[in-house]
Amino acid sequence: MTAQLGNIALWIALVIAVYGAAAAVIGHRRQGSALLESAYGAVLVHCALVTVALLSLEYALITSDFSIRYVAFNSSRNYPVWYKIAGLWGALEGSLLLWAWMQATLAAQVIIMYRRKHRDFLPYVSAVLMGISAFFLLVLLIPANPFEQHFPVPADGQGLNPLLEDTSMLVHPLLLYSGYVGFTVPYAFAMAALITGSLREEWLYITRRWAITAWMFLTAGIVYGGWWSYHVLGWGGYWAWDPVENASFMPWLVATAYIHSVMTQEKRGMLKIWNLTLISLTFALVIFGTFLTRSGILNSVHAFTQGAVGYFFLAFLAVILLSTVTLLTLRADQLKTEGTVDSFLSRESAFLFNNLLLVIFCFTVFLGTIFPLLAEAVRGVKVSVGAPYFNYVAGPIALGLLFLMGVGPVIPWRGGSWGSLRRNLLGPGIAGLVAGLLAFTLGIRESWIVTTYALAVFVSAVVVQEYYRGIRARRKSAGEGPIRALGQLFVRNRRRYGGLVVHLGVALLAVGIASSSAFQIEQEGMLKKGEMLEAGMYRVRFDRLTSSEGPTHVKVQGVFTVFNERHEVGEMRPGLRFYQRSQDPIAEVDYWIGFKEDLYLILGSFDRQGDWAVIKLMVNPMVSWIWIGGAIMVLGTVIAMLPTRFLSAASAREKP
Amino acid sequence: MKKVLIPLSVLPILFLLAYGFWTDPSFVPSPLIEKPAPPFALTLFDGGDLSLDGLRGKVVVVNFWASWCFPACYDEAPVLEGAWRAYKDRDVVVVGVNVQDTEKAAREFMDRFQFTFPNGPDPQGKISIDYGVYGIPETFVLDKEGRIAFKHVGAVTANVLTTQIEGLLRRAPQVEESTGGHEREA
Repeated sequence: MTAQLGNIALWIALVIAVYGAAAAVIGHRRQGSALLESAYGAVLVHCALVTVALLSLEYALITSDFSIRYVAFNSSRNYPVWYKIAGLWGALEGSLLLWAWMQATLAAQVIIMYRRKHRDFLPYVSAVLMGISAFFLLVLLIPANPFEQHFPVPADGQGLNPLLEDTSMLVHPLLLYSGYVGFTVPYAFAMAALITGSLREEWLYITRRWAITAWMFLTAGIVYGGWWSYHVLGWGGYWAWDPVENASFMPWLVATAYIHSVMTQEKRGMLKIWNLTLISLTFALVIFGTFLTRSGILNSVHAFTQGAVGYFFLAFLAVILLSTVTLLTLRADQLKTEGTVDSFLSRESAFLFNNLLLVIFCFTVFLGTIFPLLAEAVRGVKVSVGAPYFNYVAGPIALGLLFLMGVGPVIPWRGGSWGSLRRNLLGPGIAGLVAGLLAFTLGIRESWIVTTYALAVFVSAVVVQEYYRGIRARRKSAGEGPIRALGQLFVRNRRRYGGLVVHLGVALLAVGIASSSAFQIEQEGMLKKGEMLEAGMYRVRFDRLTSSEGPTHVKVQGVFTVFNERHEVGEMRPGLRFYQRSQDPIAEVDYWIGFKEDLYLILGSFDRQGDWAVIKLMVNPMVSWIWIGGAIMVLGTVIAMLPTRFLSAASAREKP
Repeated sequence: MKKVLIPLSVLPILFLLAYGFWTDPSFVPSPLIEKPAPPFALTLFDGGDLSLDGLRGKVVVVNFWASWCFPACYDEAPVLEGAWRAYKDRDVVVVGVNVQDTEKAAREFMDRFQFTFPNGPDPQGKISIDYGVYGIPETFVLDKEGRIAFKHVGAVTANVLTTQIEGLLRRAPQVEESTGGHEREA
């Protein structure tokens, strides 16, 4: 019953999406406002229908309706209700339904927000959004139907993939999907601008907020994914340059380039084609990433079960790339740039370099990701491209970006004088140099680490300096108190001051990445009962093994006592979980998180009688800076996007 | 006119991605093929000892398994036992190496499938490491000279196992030709 309801809702939604797309275009061409109104109505009805389908599947998951195949394979009776709900995005079919639903909600939101404005654009925006929706609905109805039924009905479901049984499962996929789906709206507006030939800055102003919101979710999703990997996968790292991680990182890089280069178009009327290309590329990379995850053409820890879905996504990618490139080519003449770069030392040129580096970064990641495929196609050999390649190429590019992050915000548009540059960069520059020298005197000899520290301090100093100057100026001119002055900075120029906060977050993140990669201490050993293993200033002693039975697994834990240089500091219990449906036991890491360093203990294997255990002990310096940096980046984005009204109200309340 | 051609520039990437459908990313050729098999000794569950060196002159099937490896190990268990019964009189030995398991669960597993071929634990995972076992189950077929002729990842099928064993039995001991390879999993 639930299955039929879901399927019917999806079929009608598909028909209505196709109708909505066609009616929007025809209605616009014929100036038929009734037809156009019906097209907009169709978007809303389509959204309601996809919602019905989503709720049907959730209902089946929560009530453990195992007659539906998807539920039987991704849920279990004895799950807490949160895991039952999360089963929706636990595997291919459900996650695509979630995607389609987010997409439908955004489309409805666009129609509700803009139906009385942007009359030239909106029909095409709506048509593009409905076209994308129709594609996802088609995939849901043919190769990846979440409502497929099966017989006999099993007594209990198989449960999620054990790796997904973690609270992060409730957060990370949702953040990431919000980011991915969010880019469809700017893409639709860009397409509408290209189709209508209405290429003034209108599309840019509308989509900026959408793009920044999507960027924020993507950032949060990627950093949160790192945290998940760190505390669940049990290898002591947070980023492995896995194809699917790369698939989320590539659109992030291009979207970052876009967010910066739109400013150049706003201020100087430059880079018009470039901006349209960047936003289209972002969306194409999102679909490319989805294709990679769902097609099974590359090896990855994130691989979904494969099937015909890959062919559908490849066809969709082909349509997007061909139509976008064609439109861009046809409109290229109308996108002549108005301004020119007047000076090498100007904000424009800093943005140009920023874009260049980000796009090169994206390209090198792309190349590394698909190189195994390329090598096999061309030379017939199996190769894998590992972290060393990516780290090698990413390092210098990331340092270049860090440098620009400090310089960019303080160079004026159209070029500044050497004098103004000196005034703006002298303080932060000295701070950076001092930090570098300090690192060197403390015995750090790896030049890239020293450079990272120096540049991170430089960037942070620029941020602090700009805030200080802004607040000082307001206190002088308006006689405001420091807190009110800060509020006014946000009110008057929230994008600039929010953006600076994001830069500060990136600086912290860079320090965290550099420190944890360079100074990680790792010791592995087999311990008999009572023996110790030492790493850095810590020692752990193996005491005993315990085992317990969970709802879905058997867990074996080692009990270890931890000592620092002087005394006992506590107990750690890393474990291994054995699942019926998994081919390998899953490590349950025990970790202590600190500002300076994390202590991280993994149980590798153990003796049946409990006489010995093989463990890996790691001291990971400053990993928490990465999570803090990520949180600050999100905070900065929120500041940059807060409605001015809200900010003024908040700052007015602080009046004495 | 030239403009029409620009969009075609995306075709190579699309073709490359399409090519991906014909490849199998999980297939990694083992560097151990045609190399001497790492020697090992097992203390068997039934109390005896088994040393690989003692099996020179026989075709040896080494299977790495665990009781928690479901469903792959459960699928292949009857196949391994069947091969042992069919070939044990023709100079073929099947050896089971039990990895990362509890003794109780391993014995239950062997009872369930009525294993009669020699099985023993790999308590410190040393044998698995020597053989580069990446995931359970994996199966290696050794020729009469003690070289690894074939490696199979995942549940092994009767068809694959029979083909490999028959091929090695037919092969004259002195001929150094390769029959190693990899079967794509269905």
